Amino acid sequence: MAGQELEVQQKKEVESQQEKTIPARFYVPPTDIFETADALKIVMEVPGVPKEAVDVKIENEVLSIEGRIETTNYNGLEPLYTEYPIGHFARSFTLPWQVDQQNITAHLEDGVLTLTLNKRPESKPRRIAIQ
Amino acid sequence: MLYSDPFETLLQLQQALDSFRSSSWLGTSTSGAGGFPPLNVFSKGDDIVVVAEAPGLKKDQLDIQVKGRTIQIAGAKTVTYGDGVSLHRRERTIGRFSRSLNLPVEIDADKIKAEYRDGVLAIFLPRAEQDKPRSIKIA
Repeated sequence: MAGQELEVQQKKEVESQQEKTIPARFYVPPTDIFETADALKIVMEVPGVPKEAVDVKIENEVLSIEGRIETTNYNGLEPLYTEYPIGHFARSFTLPWQVDQQNITAHLEDGVLTLTLNKRPESKPRRIAIQ
Repeated sequence: MLYSDPFETLLQLQQALDSFRSSSWLGTSTSGAGGFPPLNVFSKGDDIVVVAEAPGLKKDQLDIQVKGRTIQIAGAKTVTYGDGVSLHRRERTIGRFSRSLNLPVEIDADKIKAEYRDGVLAIFLPRAEQDKPRSIKIA
């Protein structure tokens, strides 16, 4: 797999379910979702977002993630040539019932945000002993 | 502090970036334009700053080389899921990349600095002393 050429993904602007009140564009972070025996993992790419600028909220079974980029890094820089837009990131997901909403952890490293949504004990696979 | 202030800065920045989309500053010299990673080039005083979004790389997966006015950025991006997982959605891309750009200005190769933070690569290219514009005094 690592042998293939990496293609550029065009950034997709958020078409908001809930509109933002701030005058700036938001983008949809490319996201992988996968399931392990114990948890559902959501991994999203949010380059330029520092740890303290990530908001993860749960409301009415909806998990919303917002990551704001650090604009002060661009102070004193004048664009000469640009290929990609920048902006904050936002995305939300409806949680399945199997997820324990009290037991969600988040980890940010090198612009990759990993959310671990642990499953409720009753939704984990169980072995049934034969009596 | 006004809530909206930093965001107005962002909107201005977004608009400024839009207006330099595929500007002719690099001429036709950028190989693999449209390749990964997408680059934004800025000036900072006399110097040049090249910025690229490349989340999830390790520093040792990134190779930056400079020769004359040419900068090459190469590497590979991998994603691991672990064994026995079931994949529901896959949007992150993986693969090798390599692209180079030819700057229209002389740079001081000894003073180049690169920084990788929060998945963003920034390369600081100081302009060579002999290439800096000089103002001519009228005698």
